[in-house]
Amino acid sequence: MEKFTRITAVAAPLLRINVDTDAIIPSREMKTVGKTGLAAGLFAGWRYQASGSRVEEPGFVLNREPYRHARILLSGANFGCGSSREHAVWALHEWGIRAIIAPSYGAIFAGNCVRNGILPVVLDYAVVEELARQVEADPASRLVSVDLVDCAVTAPDGTRHPFTMAAADRDMLLEGLDGIALTLKRDDEILAFQGRDRLRRPWIYL
Amino acid sequence: MARTIIDKLWDEHLVADLGNGASLLYIDRVFLHERTGSVALKELAAANRRVRNPEQVFCTMDHIVDTLPGRGDATRMPGGGEFITQTRAAARAAGITLFDIGDDRQGIVHVVSPEQGIALPGVTLVCPDSHTCTLGGIGALAWGIGSTEAEHALATKTLAVRKPRSMRIDFRGRLAPGVTAKDMILALIGAHGASGGVGYAIEFAGEAVRALPVEARLTLCNMGVEFGAWTVIIAPDEAVFDYVRGRPYAPQGQALDQAIASWRALHSDAGARFDRELTLDCSTLAPQVTWGTSPQHETGIDGAVPDPALEADANRRQAMERALAYMGLEPGTRLAGLPIQGAFIGSCTNSRLSDLRAAAKVLEGHKVAQGVRAVCVPGSSQVKLAAEREGLDRIFREAGFEWRESGCSMCFYAGGESFGFEERVVSSTNRNFENRQGPRTRTHLASPVTVAASAIAGRLTDARHLAG
Ligand code: SF4
Repeated sequence: MEKFTRITAVAAPLLRINVDTDAIIPSREMKTVGKTGLAAGLFAGWRYQASGSRVEEPGFVLNREPYRHARILLSGANFGCGSSREHAVWALHEWGIRAIIAPSYGAIFAGNCVRNGILPVVLDYAVVEELARQVEADPASRLVSVDLVDCAVTAPDGTRHPFTMAAADRDMLLEGLDGIALTLKRDDEILAFQGRDRLRRPWIYL
Repeated sequence: MARTIIDKLWDEHLVADLGNGASLLYIDRVFLHERTGSVALKELAAANRRVRNPEQVFCTMDHIVDTLPGRGDATRMPGGGEFITQTRAAARAAGITLFDIGDDRQGIVHVVSPEQGIALPGVTLVCPDSHTCTLGGIGALAWGIGSTEAEHALATKTLAVRKPRSMRIDFRGRLAPGVTAKDMILALIGAHGASGGVGYAIEFAGEAVRALPVEARLTLCNMGVEFGAWTVIIAPDEAVFDYVRGRPYAPQGQALDQAIASWRALHSDAGARFDRELTLDCSTLAPQVTWGTSPQHETGIDGAVPDPALEADANRRQAMERALAYMGLEPGTRLAGLPIQGAFIGSCTNSRLSDLRAAAKVLEGHKVAQGVRAVCVPGSSQVKLAAEREGLDRIFREAGFEWRESGCSMCFYAGGESFGFEERVVSSTNRNFENRQGPRTRTHLASPVTVAASAIAGRLTDARHLAG
């Protein structure tokens, strides 16, 4: 898996609450069994003028310069709520997003982010708004830094906003770990558990 | 120390404390469907990994499969055929049990899993689908995951999970006639917001919950994810044990007695501490309906569209304004009486036999209003067969409803069927997001009873006021 340590990049403000995964990647844009070919469908319902079309909606933030090159997304509470579709994260990643800054996230979405090299930073909405305000003054030069080593976001004016992240998720991102390989190292423990459990709850074992 | 029901299930499934804040939990059952399970199986095979215990893994065709009578592999969803054939091949190669098109066990994953006795009290069950929390209704610790996590669960029989904070919600009082579990959960989300449960594992408790039949508990828990919860659960009781009895994959005979004896311990101990406790008075609850594009945009059917100008929080206000523009509504408009063009009964929220019975009771002897397209999609092939044995299909058809094969159908839009551009639909589903049921389709979430009453009237209707 791809690692995340730190980035300094254009940040795009999408200051809406409850941005759901249907909005991030509409179901009609998930056309094949796979993780790729999704960037064009990212935010399709907002990015394009009509359903299924590819005529851009000029007002949508990711259609404007320099936000087309954004690597960071600023958003409202409960970002990525709704469907479990990991395609939402794959689409964001393929389009170029590497970090999101929002007050809270849909639980499954946040889990999917850390398994795909995207950092979901939790900061108060007042901070998100302030970052957006600074960025909007001159988005091409007023970049935002996100640093997972130090666990801090640095605003364009240099203000530092520390954030916290669960150790398990942080390790996963910093080291780009393969969760399955890691767990399989504990094979003995899993088998031992199964052995005990089979006696305790025989009805579980079909 | 007094433990919550979640504590008990956590402890019982703990394989290892990973030392970084996460627990390695044993996963009893994995359920997949052709929309997201297909990717998990494919990637797992590509990585040369095997499903560890295929006998504990199940898969169904629900999301993409067509629901029109006489269906086969062909589907209206662009690229959908590929999902169906690839899932079938991958399920076969992995040696897991597939409820395929034409199998009378096929249906929506969260309807099928308790129905078949795959989800049981006290099991850990995961599925790459957000509404897996539905199964908390029978006392399973069940939660939605992504495809990558599904691969992990398939390959290792475990998941690394951080334990969420705990919350208990006390649903007080008794529901009035015509008010349902759907109205309880919509009211909860309305009161505390779509992110009210973020970061929590939540126990639903209280008099109103205890009084709910098992299928209604599944409805209540279904929308736990719409509340933002990691998952939700209801302590299993005698009603659940009766429900489980005789189901194909449930324990039988002595094994069942042994299981029930252990399930009786699955409740929060007196004095167990929760990080947060909420209450909701159910005795005064009216049928609920949504007016916007988040489940939190809801009110009683006797209410009106709120005025965004009165919302102090700027973010919420903007979301309300966007929602009203999308929904084509003005502040102050009464919800009851709003003309509709579509009515949908189906989805993992409200498509079980009891839902269809309740709707049929309203529909019997009536006709759907002119200009309303009404569709009923049973939640599983078993539900459909049982409904037909009782003649419910006849009531739906005579009222003017389409009677479909089971599946997710128009609960979500993937380029196939929809009710149409800017059509107003009253729907027994769980999501009213923008474009969820079709390009610019306007969804009003409600209970099956409200959907049925509204279909007859041609406008959003308070089922309590229907004459006889
Ligand atoms: S019925 Fe709707 S919400 Fe339920 S699993 Fe299917 S698509 Fe998802």
